[in-house]
Amino acid sequence: MVKMLSRFDSKDKIRKFAFGNRDKNGLVLNIIVYTLLISIGFVFLFPILHMFSISIMAPEDLLDSSVRWVPRRVHTLNYRLAFITLDYFRTLWANFQVAAIPTILQVTSTAMAGYAFARYDFPLKKLWLAVLIFTFVIPPQITMIPTFVLYTNLGFIGSLRAFWVPAILGQGFNSAIFILIFYNFHRQVPASLTEAAEIDGAGHIKSFIFISMPLAIPAVIVAVLFSFVWYWNETFLVNLFLGFGATRDTNLTTLLLELTQFTQSYGAAVTDATGMAPDPINEGIRMAGTMLSILPLGILYLILQRHFVESVDKAGITGE
Amino acid sequence: MAEKVKKKRKISGRTMRNWTYAYIFLLPWLVGFFVLVLYTLINSFRYSLNQIRITPMGLFFVPHGLENYRDLLQNTFFIQNIVSFTIQSVLQTPVIVSFALIIAILLNGKIVARGMFRAVFFLPVIIATGPVMNELAGIGAATVPAVNTAAIAGALSFMPSMMQGPIVELFGQLIMILWNSGIQILIFLAALQKISSEQYEAAKIDGASGWECFWKITAPAIKPMVFLNAIYTVVWLATGGQNPVITQLAFFMHSGHYGYGYASAAAWLYSILVLLLLGLCWLLLRERKEKLIMAEKRLAKRYW
Repeated sequence: MVKMLSRFDSKDKIRKFAFGNRDKNGLVLNIIVYTLLISIGFVFLFPILHMFSISIMAPEDLLDSSVRWVPRRVHTLNYRLAFITLDYFRTLWANFQVAAIPTILQVTSTAMAGYAFARYDFPLKKLWLAVLIFTFVIPPQITMIPTFVLYTNLGFIGSLRAFWVPAILGQGFNSAIFILIFYNFHRQVPASLTEAAEIDGAGHIKSFIFISMPLAIPAVIVAVLFSFVWYWNETFLVNLFLGFGATRDTNLTTLLLELTQFTQSYGAAVTDATGMAPDPINEGIRMAGTMLSILPLGILYLILQRHFVESVDKAGITGE
Repeated sequence: MAEKVKKKRKISGRTMRNWTYAYIFLLPWLVGFFVLVLYTLINSFRYSLNQIRITPMGLFFVPHGLENYRDLLQNTFFIQNIVSFTIQSVLQTPVIVSFALIIAILLNGKIVARGMFRAVFFLPVIIATGPVMNELAGIGAATVPAVNTAAIAGALSFMPSMMQGPIVELFGQLIMILWNSGIQILIFLAALQKISSEQYEAAKIDGASGWECFWKITAPAIKPMVFLNAIYTVVWLATGGQNPVITQLAFFMHSGHYGYGYASAAAWLYSILVLLLLGLCWLLLRERKEKLIMAEKRLAKRYW
């Protein structure tokens, strides 16, 4: 009897260990979950790993079908050539300018609008909120052509004003999302706090700058990061507004824009730099260029990864 | 009496001041809306009804009625792009949203290194842009090597080629499509983490199985997020850098043959299509009150 009980007991233990119970996942479930997560994680990283492996391959490795993943030797010349073709440091600095200034302006204007919606009750508030959602939903392509004409008339084309002006007017890339983030965030700040400040004699603008905004720092971080990334990555409108082709001379360009012209600019750029006509372009050089173009944001993401992934929690998109 | 009046006026003065400040804070955005959205929107519609020539003196308008729209509907390239965009979004949106949901559920348990997994799944949001995706697709990194697209095409040969193409492409570009799911995963995950564990415990004490818990507790909590994510995905795909319709719009715009009028009409047709797709999401995924009540009644019947 005792023997049977203990056998039953150990069987039960195994069952518990394998399949888990109410409080704990069993081994089987855990194995399934981790296998899935790791394999999907690998699939997600696969393009980047593949790109990296090609970017360090010498031309003969690229042609040799027996070399699939690990090149026979690390070929860093690809990176040197891509570096020259992209005119890397100059483009990096230009790209930083294209992204950073609109980011600051956009975050300022959207923070103000979000604060207005959260803090005050005013006539037509419902209408403006509906308008805000509307501006998120309509494809930007619909206003693209008249905007282009308007900017041409105002002399914004080929200058950064084409990005500054919409940013300060709260109509930059995805501005509606940022306004909603600030709206949600400021709504969680108790009204009594700003009222107390008012009683102490702080004006509306003062209490916005010195009380509400410091409390909204997490939202500001989210907005700054995403605004920066989206401006940094924008190619279509940069191409449209900063002028076709002439980007290098006017010093307004981005890494991704240079990447789209990579094959065309390769020969001339390398000849200029080395005084010799280079070998024809191959996949290795192109992938090195692609690696270099995602590198700055990749590093930024490695450092600030936590802020990016916690953004959704903080932004309160899921509703409190 | 006099005191009361005074008090009333004082309150309304404060309200007035609040209104003023609200509009002061809102002013940049309002100006932006009127100048950069409303004005351009009206202009865009006006353009679409004209044939526009660019002269040194400025734009030259020739009233063209609905001709631009009629021409566009006969432009096979445009129609082809629009149709393939529609099929792609209709196919890819459910794939992206359900994939995001599965990942979020997997990550929601007690997972070691959850932060690391989250970071991996979110990485494409930062680096996946049109030019980079094009380069990656060029070296065949867009798909898992194990996926044999030829075999899939063979298996689907009973379908009309109109449907078959996009499905084969779906598998052929699987990674790139799944790369669009970073934000959606986080939105689902945030919603899942908000469900208190007490709810599950209470249900389990009452004898509910894991399956029942999922449908009765988890599903209702994430239903609104499915809607939000579907909307987000459609907007993302519609404005994304890899979309052939957008490239074509730019081509119309800068081509001497087509011009701004034609391009504006194309933009309007495209936008109406996107709004229809969003409307479809709303129709399929909105919260239906009557349905909820019905479900509750059925439940009540079973248990009482």
